[in-house]
Amino acid sequence: MRPSPSPLHLPGPSRRSVLRGVGGAVALGAGIPLLSACGGSSTSSDSKTVTLGSNGSDAVPKKAYASVYKAFTASSKISVDVNTKDHNTFQESINSYLQGTPDDVFNWFAGYRMQFFAAKGLATPIDDVWKTISANFPSAMQDLSKGADGKFYFVPLTTYPWAIFYRKSVFKKYGYEVPTTWSAFIALCTQMKKDNLVPIAFGDKDAWPALGTFDQINCRTNGYDFHISLMKGEASWTDAKTRATFDNWTEILPFHQDGSVGRTWQDAAQSVVSKKAGMYLLGMFVAQQFTNAADLADLDFFPFPEIDPSFGQDTVEAPTDGYMMSKSPKNHAGAVKLLEFLGTPAAEETYLKADPSVVAASDKADTGAYSALQKKGYDLIAGAKHLTQYMDRDSRPDFTSTVMQPAMQSFIRNPKGIDSLLSSIERQKKTIFASS
Amino acid sequence: MSSQITGTGTGTPSNPEAAAAPPPGTPGTTAVKKRRVPQGHRRLLTRRDRITLGLMAGVPTILHVALVWVTALASIALAFTTWDGIGFSSIKWVGFDNFQQLFNDNPQFWPAVQHNVIWFVVLFLIPTPFGLFLAVQLDKKIRFTRIYQAAYFLPVVLSMAVIGFVWQLVYNPDTGLINSVIGANKPGHYIDWIGDPNLNLWAILVAASWRHAGYMMILYLAGLKGVDPSLREASALDGANEWQTFKNVIFPVLRPINTIVLVVTIIESLRAFDLVYVFNGGTQGTELLSILVTNNIIGESSRIGYGSAIAVVLLLISLGVIIPYLISTFRKERRA
Repeated sequence: MRPSPSPLHLPGPSRRSVLRGVGGAVALGAGIPLLSACGGSSTSSDSKTVTLGSNGSDAVPKKAYASVYKAFTASSKISVDVNTKDHNTFQESINSYLQGTPDDVFNWFAGYRMQFFAAKGLATPIDDVWKTISANFPSAMQDLSKGADGKFYFVPLTTYPWAIFYRKSVFKKYGYEVPTTWSAFIALCTQMKKDNLVPIAFGDKDAWPALGTFDQINCRTNGYDFHISLMKGEASWTDAKTRATFDNWTEILPFHQDGSVGRTWQDAAQSVVSKKAGMYLLGMFVAQQFTNAADLADLDFFPFPEIDPSFGQDTVEAPTDGYMMSKSPKNHAGAVKLLEFLGTPAAEETYLKADPSVVAASDKADTGAYSALQKKGYDLIAGAKHLTQYMDRDSRPDFTSTVMQPAMQSFIRNPKGIDSLLSSIERQKKTIFASS
Repeated sequence: MSSQITGTGTGTPSNPEAAAAPPPGTPGTTAVKKRRVPQGHRRLLTRRDRITLGLMAGVPTILHVALVWVTALASIALAFTTWDGIGFSSIKWVGFDNFQQLFNDNPQFWPAVQHNVIWFVVLFLIPTPFGLFLAVQLDKKIRFTRIYQAAYFLPVVLSMAVIGFVWQLVYNPDTGLINSVIGANKPGHYIDWIGDPNLNLWAILVAASWRHAGYMMILYLAGLKGVDPSLREASALDGANEWQTFKNVIFPVLRPINTIVLVVTIIESLRAFDLVYVFNGGTQGTELLSILVTNNIIGESSRIGYGSAIAVVLLLISLGVIIPYLISTFRKERRA
């Protein structure tokens, strides 16, 4: 640069170069997120690695899954690249996750929730996997693994039952009997109230636990077929049958723990742990709250009592977790091998060793290592005539989350407003199910 | 290029219009200053300058258009469709159906609008005057004023999610501070601060006000520091007492701050979300428009069209508040 005749000149180029630098930095800054957005989440696509999107973010399942993948790598020499996300975040972002660059295999749930994404073409059919593993599963599990088109899309790993949990010591102390009929159940609730116990612990702050109570009462009142047709949006919420379910619920609602809409399920479970509450209707994962081994050994359950003798206790709610293959896996052969492995009893046994709050989905898995609670849960599921998956897995998730969850909370608070509530549910259901 | 620049280093940009116009199009003006103008031209806007300016103005413009205008307009367009968020082919035009369902069938919509309004009214009537009161007290140079300032301002520094979490612990029906102290955590005596729709909105508003008062205090304190001390002196000389001074002298001087406070409060009440979402997820009694938008759009099988319709309602309400404010501000500026 030549010496400048004017003092004004000097700042010129230097300012320009600064601006150029700024402009470049802005352009770069804008470019970086765009570029990284193209990268996607999977890191490798060689044939020796399978990527797997996991929702097992809690400590216990995370460790249990890791032990399963370690066993797979040891036997097949294919490594599993696990991409773990927070459980709820994984669920909420599943839509964009599956449309972006998903991992080859991902954790998911059986039922409508699986069929929905299968029908949208966001999953690969895995009939080839099922050729090798179908002997490992009972027919109810096989049905749960099929999409609406009859093809297999899902490999189940674990399941657990919903039932009424109680402490054996509490029942022994007060001389309670396990009720099998509705009238015996009501009598027990009344007696518990007299004994200054909260008959039914309840926490619906997260809005989903009440859906489980509805499922139980509806299956007992109206049977499996009506329940499923209601979940699919076919039967009407203003039907007298649905109303009868809510009438039964209203009958036991006074025995539920007060202030339930402000209480988490964990806090409700603690009232059973501390023997302040007598019973608790929840999934077997309630056992996670019994951290003391002696308390855990004291935990037992019975299936929801019979309401209509023609349906008895034939339906068991048993949400099933497992795996699906994404729409265009980078390592298809490896993904098939992994799914075949996950469908073996050995994989399930490995998982259960590290997470004893669930049971194996396969009926070939060894039950020898089960705790008494697991064994009972396994028998309950194996003996069921029908299996349901839970309302938010059997029905449209948008319907259950935006309509049913707030509606159930409002019912719990004000059971008298049930008629207008049901017609509001029915109106909203029609518009949601009408849109595809 | 550098020699041309240095050659006319002392030239003045006397005629910016001529400089900006292309040389062949303006022969009349260039003829007069034939020698200087083309050079001044290049000096003002070399190609490099244009690229730099283009980048500086262009990149933010592109970002702004893409991130604000395109998304806002796309959201408005989506409000007239149904879309589950999977592939663009599943977008279906439904006209005003979403709005009709929203106004007629959604049991949460009108309560949500009402709660947003209550949120604004309460923030405006309780923590805002309280913040002003605190600011006036702290402005008197009392002892430990910095400690008080820090204490009251601390909630503003905390994230809303943290505040929601903290207050949720205070209000917990079984183990929370309030119920434990007043003994309302036994069967039959429960006060369900989080779940009871007659209580939970007010419980949350206490938390929101706790934060908002600190925010308002800092704004007013900044305004009070800017008040000319001679005004106070003059008012004291005229024999006005403290209240008269405040009412007739100080408060009118704070007018610009009051405008900011009003706008901030409106914005806070329309965007209220994180506190409630963490506190109880927007259950009955605490529905807010922002929470309805989130519940419908984020999630597994999203109702993006329907959620967008709620977002459009929120947008219209915001515009209804902001536009009169902008009009009055611009009018004042023009007058000035």
